[in-house]
Amino acid sequence: MEQLTKKQHLELYRYLRLTRALEDWIFYICANQNPQKPLIIGKGYLSTGQEATSIGAAYALEKEDWIAQSHRDFGALLIRGLTPRELLLQYFSKETGPTKGRDANVHLGHTGKHVLGFISHMGAMVPVANGVAFAMKYKKKKACILAFFGDGASSQGIVHEAMNYAAVFKLPVVFICNNNRWAISTPLEEQMAIKNVADRGASYGMPGVICDGNKVEEVYQTVLKAVRLAKKGGGPTLVECKTMRMSGHGTHDRAKYVSDQEIASWKKKDPIMHHEKLLKKLGYADEAYFKKIIAEVKSEVEEATQWAKNQADPSIQNQLEDVFARS
Amino acid sequence: MSRSLYYADAIREALRQCMQEDGDVYIFGEDVALYGGVFGVTKDLFHEFGPKRVRNTPLSEGAILGEAIGAAVYGLRPVPEIQFSDFLTTAMSPLVDIMATYHYRVGTKLPITIRAPSGGALRIGHFHSKCLEAWFVHTPGLKVVVPSTAYDAKGLLVSSIRDNNPVLFLEQKKLYREIKDEVPEEIYDIPLGQAIIRTEGSHITLVTYGSPTYLALKAAALLQKEGIELEVIDLRTIYPFDKETLKKSFSKTNRVIILHEAVKIAGFGAELAAFFAEECFEYMAAPIMRLGALHTPIPTNPVLEDHYLPSLQDILDAARGLMKY
Ligand SMILES: Cc1ncc(C[n+]2csc(CCOP(=O)(O)OP(=O)(O)O)c2C)c(N)n1
Ligand SMILES: [Mg+2]
Repeated sequence: MEQLTKKQHLELYRYLRLTRALEDWIFYICANQNPQKPLIIGKGYLSTGQEATSIGAAYALEKEDWIAQSHRDFGALLIRGLTPRELLLQYFSKETGPTKGRDANVHLGHTGKHVLGFISHMGAMVPVANGVAFAMKYKKKKACILAFFGDGASSQGIVHEAMNYAAVFKLPVVFICNNNRWAISTPLEEQMAIKNVADRGASYGMPGVICDGNKVEEVYQTVLKAVRLAKKGGGPTLVECKTMRMSGHGTHDRAKYVSDQEIASWKKKDPIMHHEKLLKKLGYADEAYFKKIIAEVKSEVEEATQWAKNQADPSIQNQLEDVFARS
Repeated sequence: MSRSLYYADAIREALRQCMQEDGDVYIFGEDVALYGGVFGVTKDLFHEFGPKRVRNTPLSEGAILGEAIGAAVYGLRPVPEIQFSDFLTTAMSPLVDIMATYHYRVGTKLPITIRAPSGGALRIGHFHSKCLEAWFVHTPGLKVVVPSTAYDAKGLLVSSIRDNNPVLFLEQKKLYREIKDEVPEEIYDIPLGQAIIRTEGSHITLVTYGSPTYLALKAAALLQKEGIELEVIDLRTIYPFDKETLKKSFSKTNRVIILHEAVKIAGFGAELAAFFAEECFEYMAAPIMRLGALHTPIPTNPVLEDHYLPSLQDILDAARGLMKY
């Protein structure tokens, strides 16, 4: 196993902090905005408390790789090069945003940054990731794609079809199940009769591995191994990241159905706290450094908000355009 | 005795009373149990009827509708909830291939009522706002109900559950807590396939269903001041639909506007237009006007969504235009 360098460790820390700050900010706006004149259209869907899964996984990719993100993957999107400005344009439904202000919040894609266009239908993008993977092979590119989905999404037939299919064709896909124990109000125990989603890997004929989804370095190492296997032609892997959805399903949901004990026990496993401890242990950073990063990402997010807020709203003039490509 | 109930609460009352009436009626779907569904429609039913009759499922619409079919064949009366009608797309084969054809092919009744919230104007985008009813009207073997009042929602849901055929019950999610009207406490039914005249008028028949009914009534009130009388007909059930009521109204007005929230092109309104052309030609004095949504995916942005949807102004313009004939 390859050790992360100090620079990488610190970079991961920054991504963790940036994602947290951005999503705290989205939460704050949703809670305080005027419902008659909202800045954020709709609700926020956040990864707060489970950021390490998305970040650790996407950090294992190289430039030519792709992701099919799910709805709690702002960390991965930032790593792919989407900026806080772009992500806020999307939340504010602005004309210059990734979906031209037509769609909002987590429903976005960015072909230039190798990010597929997410839709609400859970798990729907997993077979689409297979298509990208197939095309990579077809074009003899040494690349792969990560397909993210939740524990709830894992119950969709199409996700099973896609995993079997990828194994049959030995496609360079890594399936990342972010198992955060909940699907809206439905707990894991009502979602599946098995303990580990990863156990399904064997039934498709691919490795199924489990990692601690709150330890960013562990997610990274696990996914990196799968990415290398995929790029060598070894086919797909199913990686299950065990984590916990620490807030409501969306910013509107107070999640009263989750017990205080469950939240309290997972609070102790907060991915940022964990990473700070690790950085201190390795002698890479201290409290002063953490404070500096926290302040930096905070001002980055605030600056991005001020900027994005003032961008143009979409207009009805070109509303009918783009249903079809013109050429 | 009757009292004022929200649309959502009227639906819950129908579910409760049907479950009391018939031990084979049961509810299942994503988050419907303790949580009461994402719109709170099944709230408290879990406490009342227990986990056997009000059950959470995995996130698996295909398996949900598959279960409904099997359980109905075996003699139960399933009432599955699909969290948003948009997600029916992941269960099209059980719905369209099996459920809709079963009685015709095998001869066994399938008393299934699929409850699915439908419709937009809530700024929740393409994947949570669509109006897909035309697909299902186009599928022989499914009845399709779209209630617009609390009173109708209760009575039509009772009829749907008692019906021995698959019924797609498209709840108007915008109306859940926006609309409140008088609902009798006791159980009652409203026959499927009966339209209702919401307001009488002699100049133009306006046919609609679901939440645009309120837009139509607003237009009718405004136009009345100009001396234009709309007769607003709320179809309530769109398959089968009430040809008698339409024909009678049209024979008086000779003009018609068809209004729905679904995309105009090849929407259910096209079927209605064809009905007027084919079966009521002798009464026609003016072009048949259709109002529906733009031919694009549904934008989330409020400015775009408002422009996407048919508006009050569209109705006023269409009505004024028709009066020139
Ligand atoms: C096919 C489909 N059915 C229902 C929904 C409604 N829905 C949105 S998110 C969600 C739960 C998703 O749970 P999970 O996959 O575990 O992701 P998490 O939200 O926990 O990250 C549901 C049921 C949906 N989006 N798609
Ligand atoms: Mg989950």
